[in-house]
Amino acid sequence: MEVLLGITGKDFTLIAASKAAMRGVTILKATDDKTKTLNSHTMMAYSGESGDTVQFAEYIQANVQLYGMRNNSNWQLSPSAVASLIRHELARSLRSRNPYHVNLLVGGFDVTENKPHLYWLDYLAAQASLPYAAHGYAQYYCLSILDKHHHPDIDLEKGIELLKMCRDELINRLPIDFKGLLVKVITADGIREIEL
Amino acid sequence: MSNPFSMNGGAVVAMVGKDCVAIGCDLRLGMQALTVSNNFPKIFSYGDAYLGLTGLATDVTTMSELFRYKVNMYRLREERDIEPETMANLVSSTLYERRFGPYFVSPVIAGINQRTGKPFICGFDSIGCIDFAKDFIVSGTASDQLFGTCESLWEPDLEPEDLFETCAQALLNAVDRDALSGWGAHVYVITKDKIIKRLLKGRQD
Repeated sequence: MEVLLGITGKDFTLIAASKAAMRGVTILKATDDKTKTLNSHTMMAYSGESGDTVQFAEYIQANVQLYGMRNNSNWQLSPSAVASLIRHELARSLRSRNPYHVNLLVGGFDVTENKPHLYWLDYLAAQASLPYAAHGYAQYYCLSILDKHHHPDIDLEKGIELLKMCRDELINRLPIDFKGLLVKVITADGIREIEL
Repeated sequence: MSNPFSMNGGAVVAMVGKDCVAIGCDLRLGMQALTVSNNFPKIFSYGDAYLGLTGLATDVTTMSELFRYKVNMYRLREERDIEPETMANLVSSTLYERRFGPYFVSPVIAGINQRTGKPFICGFDSIGCIDFAKDFIVSGTASDQLFGTCESLWEPDLEPEDLFETCAQALLNAVDRDALSGWGAHVYVITKDKIIKRLLKGRQD
């Protein structure tokens, strides 16, 4: 029952992930961070098989950062390039002997074209660029809320309001406490964490 | 897990007219009954050949990127665009290379041979058996419905504008009877010296 949510707006991308680390019905940790910062304007949130998730996320993070270092830190991979890289690695893993079972949301802000980006990837490496996205059970409850209330040029305040609506619905409907959402926002200035 | 060919949904149709061809696809990407995206085109252009891919979404993307690489290499080697017939053999051999662990896609090719000016369409199964056709090719989760609409709407030697209308109506009416396809469509009409791409709005339910 891991929750991943992503919303784009006029000049930002919001990514939210549940804080509960679970194993079966047991909550092992209530302050888990299921996100990784990839470069100055790109991050991802992940869920799936425990073990696979962190292993895969760290591999991606290391390779995106290596690309930045090799290119004098001035030329970073754009969010769309990062998403393509991740999809490529997941698709390669899918046809291997034991594939990574990881679902991802990749959020970013492209500073060259001044646009927010959000990419949805499942463990089969199906990729979609979306205005808002969710993974897991959250899809069934949150996508309908976002269908009704989301608009491409909402401001950050409205984006946070939408996330709160999603969170409240999830608390109402999910049988297990997911310990709230860790929320990060990506703007032209970079990535920062916000309290919901 | 269910059948990989119908997990994400999607439909493609290609038709022959008088010195023209048309190819169309829907825009849905889903996970079983849940729609994830309504902007997932399934037609890709490779010089004179247009390739439609339905099936497992990950393989649709993987194959479209693989053929982009292969066709670019062909263009560098030959210093000309690939012809649709050659593209058909490239697709066939690429799929058969994975005979015992196939990509879960059902490709369709449409194009006009720039040397002879002849229209060409064909389809494939997931291991590369080519299905040549003089009339139309269908593929995807709405293929049963597409066979019905195409059989009743298609006629020989349609002019480009009439072929577009036939192809678009065949596609839109077929996907409305399939829960796993729809949410808008792209239709290309290809003549020897002009390609028209139209974005169609379909039912959003």
